[in-house]
Amino acid sequence: MGKKVAIFRKEHFNAAHRLFNPGWDDKTNTKVFGKCALPNYHGHNYELIVKVIGEPNAKTGYVMDMKELSDLIKQEIVERFDHRNLNLDTAEFKDLNPTAENIAIVIYDLLRPHIDKEKEIQIRLYETPRNFVEYPV
Amino acid sequence: MVYLTRIEHFNAAHKLYNPSWSKEKNNEVFGKCANENWHGHNFELYVTIKGDPDPETGFIFDAKKLGALINEKITEKLDHRNLNLDVDFMKGKLCSIENLVIGIWDELEPHIPPPIQLHCLKLVETAKIFVEYYGNK
Repeated sequence: MGKKVAIFRKEHFNAAHRLFNPGWDDKTNTKVFGKCALPNYHGHNYELIVKVIGEPNAKTGYVMDMKELSDLIKQEIVERFDHRNLNLDTAEFKDLNPTAENIAIVIYDLLRPHIDKEKEIQIRLYETPRNFVEYPV
Repeated sequence: MVYLTRIEHFNAAHKLYNPSWSKEKNNEVFGKCANENWHGHNFELYVTIKGDPDPETGFIFDAKKLGALINEKITEKLDHRNLNLDVDFMKGKLCSIENLVIGIWDELEPHIPPPIQLHCLKLVETAKIFVEYYGNK
């Protein structure tokens, strides 16, 4: 049994969104989502931390090359979401409410196929300095 | 003379866009920030007032009351709003943080009771970008 290590890479993107269930009327949306349901959107500086767990490679000493991880996150996530409106500009949230929970799940699903299956990954997403989510748990 | 700073925050959407320019020119000057469907930030607002401590309270101004004043006059109008569409004092202005900090000063300054003076506003847009304004001096 080898020694597992977790590595972390932090990236960020700035985006607009609103929380809204199209199956509900405005009154119910406002009751459930409050100011987050306002029609003209609001936005956040999202901070994304991707955790990769595995045994360091015997030849490189790396769990994963941090530069490759950084490039992957930029290509798959930041390019897709940075300076976008999550509700209007992204295919992923056309029919999915862009809560921090759902954004974390979407990010996991986008990154997972590109990272060695032997490695576990976990997503931590900060929507504000005070609100953050983790997936999977 | 003592300087007292109160920090408040708001989350908002905006875009940088000059309506008298073509879409191409806007993209050239403002880049991703011109995205027509908006993007957003977690803004931090630092409000610094100056004055002498009151001999009876030791305060230059009750920091909690200053917080309530900023919330009533500023963050209530900005939080979870679209800065271009929803904010009365930004109507017809380019929504840069430079213009926003001047707009906030003009809204807040008349409500700071003399002899206390508003000294500085610092507005943080991202971890890497902020502006400071000391009034029209």
